[in-house]
Amino acid sequence: MRYRTRILIDKLFKGIFKTTGFLVLALLGGIFAMLVYNSVSFFLDIKPLDFITGMEWAPTAKVPKYGMLPLIISTTFVTLGAMIIAIPLGIGTAAFISEYAGKRLKNILKPAIEMLAAIPSVVIGFLGIVVVSPGIANMADLPNGLNALNGAILLAIMALPTIITVAEDAIHAVPNAYKEASYGVGATKWQTLRKVIIPAAAPGIIAAVMLGVGRAIGETMTVLMATGNASLIPSGMFDSVKTMTATIAIEMGEVPYQTTHYYALYAIATVLFFMTLFANLVGEFFINRFRKYHAV
Amino acid sequence: MQYKTNKLSSVIEWGTLLSTTLIVCFFLIVIIWEIVSKGASSLSWEFISKVPSEGMTKGGILTPIIGTVLLTLITALFAIPFGVCCAIYLNEYAENNWLTRTIRASIRNLSGVPSIIYGLFGLALFVQALQFGTSLIAAGLTLGLLSLPYIITTTEEALKRIPNSTREAALAVGATKFETIKDVVLPSAMSGILTGVVLTLSRAAGETAPILFTGAAFYINGSTGYINQEFMALPYHLYMLSTQHQSIDQVRPIAYGTALVLVIVVFLLNLTAFYIRYKYRKNEN
Repeated sequence: MRYRTRILIDKLFKGIFKTTGFLVLALLGGIFAMLVYNSVSFFLDIKPLDFITGMEWAPTAKVPKYGMLPLIISTTFVTLGAMIIAIPLGIGTAAFISEYAGKRLKNILKPAIEMLAAIPSVVIGFLGIVVVSPGIANMADLPNGLNALNGAILLAIMALPTIITVAEDAIHAVPNAYKEASYGVGATKWQTLRKVIIPAAAPGIIAAVMLGVGRAIGETMTVLMATGNASLIPSGMFDSVKTMTATIAIEMGEVPYQTTHYYALYAIATVLFFMTLFANLVGEFFINRFRKYHAV
Repeated sequence: MQYKTNKLSSVIEWGTLLSTTLIVCFFLIVIIWEIVSKGASSLSWEFISKVPSEGMTKGGILTPIIGTVLLTLITALFAIPFGVCCAIYLNEYAENNWLTRTIRASIRNLSGVPSIIYGLFGLALFVQALQFGTSLIAAGLTLGLLSLPYIITTTEEALKRIPNSTREAALAVGATKFETIKDVVLPSAMSGILTGVVLTLSRAAGETAPILFTGAAFYINGSTGYINQEFMALPYHLYMLSTQHQSIDQVRPIAYGTALVLVIVVFLLNLTAFYIRYKYRKNEN
């Protein structure tokens, strides 16, 4: 090939590669613009404060009510429940894999965690209906087990692989010298883990939890299938809840385009976007802190 | 404290951590056991080769299988070139300035955006603005957008593993930068890229939320596979059969069968990825 054509091709592809880089920026910008544009259309009808603090979500009532507080509380409630289950299990498992398990056990446990991460959320939601729901109904003597507890258990399962992987990386990254120093002054393995390794890995573990929270808040299918979807403010774990994601998923299919209700769903998505963004940014902040301390 | 109590407590401590691990494994075992034990009886050649019939209470799941395969194909055709090009730009061309950092930050943020928001974006962009309607192509492109950040991240990691001396050798014998990338860097990074791509596609194949409003349909009668029409997909089929069908109990065996097929598809894709990674590592040593 002639030299000139080769240079031309080189330049052409440099341009193409660069364009794709900018298109990624445009994608995030596009998502953001879509959320803002549709939310603004909604807030022309409904005051933002009424939207955030309104106690009732009844968009199809005769006098429609667009209060998303029940949805925010439901999402927070289920996510909190999930974290109460997932944090001890996740950190315990991460510590076990990193500090106690032998090489062969590690080679079984790590792929097992990856398998758990690979299971589609709709399958986990399905198991919420056929396994967890009858289980809860039996134990608590309820007509059905589609409630906040069910959603929390499923979300814990969804968030566990993220928490375990990130926390394990963090625990693994603690320099050996820390452990050796601790053993050297006579500490047991457990004392070393609790008083030296976990504190040293703390930013990484917090990051793991925050990424798990982000995952749980944004998860749609499992909560949609397993929480019963009653849009009330929940008073206990056995109440049915309707999260923000489930509300969008259910109502977007039924609502006519460009009505207040339609825009309202985008407004919910905007709040959801910022909640997950916040969780992820906090997670990232702690990962960077952790890297800074333990960079060799 | 006496040494003996120390020893006892260390066993208890070990047991505590072990039991948390066992509970996590227990979740996995319950999921797989439930799906396999109850789904296996519905699995047969007829089940995967016949279309649903009689209000989906009879017949197989051929239509959703075809839908999921085509959907994943569109996702791949869109996301792989786009994602790989972007990763090449970031790793081979981009300087470390504010623009590059902004692009990287937006990729990280995109991977944290909930999948349902991608669904809304697909609805607004492909279905409404670009007038594709609820269709296979709209849903495939939506899943493509969702897959982008993962493909970019994994591809970039694969490119990073190629030592700079390899590039310099190619440049020194007179190859242009593009030729170096095309003939030297990409081939040596291929297995790493493939691993990431296959893992990402397995995730996309199991996604439900983004296709809810972009084209998945409850039931398609007759011919399927037109990219401008609605389609059936395995995850959506499972969702519908387990929550929206009129006679949920009657279709439960089909739901279990669908769940099993979906899990098998996803695990096979994952195994493929692990195999590629394993072979690559072996060759490297």
